[in-house]
Amino acid sequence: MKSTRILTMAQAISEGIAQEMTRDADVFVMGEDIGAYGGIFGATGGLLEKFGKDRIMDTPISETAFIGAATGAAAAGLRPIVELMFVDFFGVCMDQIYNHLAKNTYMSGGHVKLPVVLTTAIGGGYSDAAQHSQCLYGTFAHMPGIKVVVPSNAHDAKGLMIQAIRDDNPVMFMYHKGIMGLPWMAYFEGSSNVVPEESYAIPFGQAKLVKDGADLTIVTISQMVQKAALAANELAEIGIHADVLDLRTLVPMDVQAVLKSVRKTGRLLIADEDYLGFGLSGEISALIAENLDTITLKAPIKRLAVPNVPIPYSRPLEQFVIPQVAHIVQAAEELMLKKVAQAALL
Amino acid sequence: MQVGKEKLLWMYEKMVQIRYYEETMAAVYMEGKLPPHIQKGLAFDIGAGPVPGEMHLAAGQEPVGVGICAHLSDEDTVVGTHRPHHFAIAKGVPLNPMTAEMFGKVTGLGKGKGGHMHLFDNAHKFSCSGIIGASMPMACGAALAAKKLGKNWVAVAFFGEGAANQGSFHESMNLAALWKLPVIFVCEDNHWAISVPKTKATSVEWIADRAAGYGMPGIRVPENDAVEIFEAVAPAIARARRGEGPTLIEIKTDRYFGHFQGDPETYRPKGEVAALRQNDPIPKLAQMLKDKKLMTAEQETLIVSKMHHLVDQAFEFARQSEYPNPHDALQDVFVSDHAAARALA
Repeated sequence: MKSTRILTMAQAISEGIAQEMTRDADVFVMGEDIGAYGGIFGATGGLLEKFGKDRIMDTPISETAFIGAATGAAAAGLRPIVELMFVDFFGVCMDQIYNHLAKNTYMSGGHVKLPVVLTTAIGGGYSDAAQHSQCLYGTFAHMPGIKVVVPSNAHDAKGLMIQAIRDDNPVMFMYHKGIMGLPWMAYFEGSSNVVPEESYAIPFGQAKLVKDGADLTIVTISQMVQKAALAANELAEIGIHADVLDLRTLVPMDVQAVLKSVRKTGRLLIADEDYLGFGLSGEISALIAENLDTITLKAPIKRLAVPNVPIPYSRPLEQFVIPQVAHIVQAAEELMLKKVAQAALL
Repeated sequence: MQVGKEKLLWMYEKMVQIRYYEETMAAVYMEGKLPPHIQKGLAFDIGAGPVPGEMHLAAGQEPVGVGICAHLSDEDTVVGTHRPHHFAIAKGVPLNPMTAEMFGKVTGLGKGKGGHMHLFDNAHKFSCSGIIGASMPMACGAALAAKKLGKNWVAVAFFGEGAANQGSFHESMNLAALWKLPVIFVCEDNHWAISVPKTKATSVEWIADRAAGYGMPGIRVPENDAVEIFEAVAPAIARARRGEGPTLIEIKTDRYFGHFQGDPETYRPKGEVAALRQNDPIPKLAQMLKDKKLMTAEQETLIVSKMHHLVDQAFEFARQSEYPNPHDALQDVFVSDHAAARALA
């Protein structure tokens, strides 16, 4: 019988972790408030009761020590899952993340295996201001050595979490607070969806086509997938049909899916909640630019992202800098009217 | 004295090996780096020669490596510092791949991807890091793993006195004490954090005194002497193996070379190193062994020539080894995935 059970993304993540912990005694979880509280964003809800305090370990507020300890424990053969409560807190422990967790495998010539899953909450939209609202997946994808997973819904989150735990490499698992299905924060209905009860893994580097359309491609990730899907519905009503591509993982990235879609539509809109400069939207744009020998663009590429300002507190300010459904609709409409310059005829 | 003849001779052999290794490296390192071999106008080219990059040598600090590692087995973990050779050699890291790594050769521990500050040897549970204070969280993790696996293995974090002012020190000390992790925190006080003396950077005379603030024992070892170190740390190792938690140990030791090779050491008082060398721990141990009839003069000669031969042979192995193929740079970002470049290609 096909499952019809609907879970929130938080429930799906915690179920994925629980199934892997049952299967593999080497898996354990460390982090702040991940035990009795169940994780501030619910990613470890119910795990303490199931697995006890030796495997679900609340830590002191010492991210350098416990993320470094996760690396040390992984090098010694265990498979830690370690939570950085907000990605914004990377500033207090980045040395352990990018100078050690991300590099020791390479510097050892591939001899040191570091199966660590680093879970962290990302995203804004609820007036938490500049130190608790960033996405920063572009920052982590920029630096080699860590796989970067950014789910947009419960079904994918469970499968990607199971894959992350089984991966022998460091994986950053970044969940957007605004799609976790928390009882204390507005979220997108589409992010809570049908989640099979059995265990399943979703391979990294496989984008998902969320909407199928011939007029333009919207490349996106995380909560922005839900916004883009709503925007695509609105656009369909006025006769504009968009491919909406959920990248799901940035490292590795499904380059072929992006190329294939843009080859089909000839128009590209990137909808991203990370900063505009030097990030995901620039990377995707460069990918298309490098492949213009096999792609014919009908319009210039359009990028929607946070315009290189810290995330502001006040609601109208924040809603302005973070792309919204209306921004995506408007950008898509404008894109349909634009044209690329014709190459000079020689 | 609790330490037996076998351990004493082992410590002596290893110290001779380490000292000769560092002296050999000091000489080899300068090959090709000075005029007339380098570009006109340069006094020194750090990136030239068979061993390029920074080079931090540990001559003078041998007793710390051997005094601690004499207690350890292959199952115990050691995490070293940016000045790691004495720890690596004392822990049993094989000289050939270690040296080849510093020459950037494909036969190196990390196939030439790490260099001298980043030596990884799974078989001997040895690693190190070029970042000050990074050894401590990593050792906590190894100790946590030992505890979870139900083993009485210990993890040693070596760090310099300068690193005791890093946040990682405080976080790790608290975590290890809180969770009763079998970690031995070994502070190697060589007086100098590059050019800054301890007195100008550290609020206490003895870093070991900080242990009290974390609820763990602190042990002061005032002498740069392998036997004293060996004996002073024995209770800490035993305590960790019994599952009673970590200990902080501070050892006063001496740095004979500069912070790195090529360091002009203008900050260092004239004559300091010469005075320190008067108290060289290696001839001191040799004399003690002979006085106690544990080693004859003939044995001493034999040990020295054997240790020198091992080192010479390792440098020869490194010289003769091949460089990696340039395209190998694209591999090993991830394990069992030789497609790092593909991630964004």
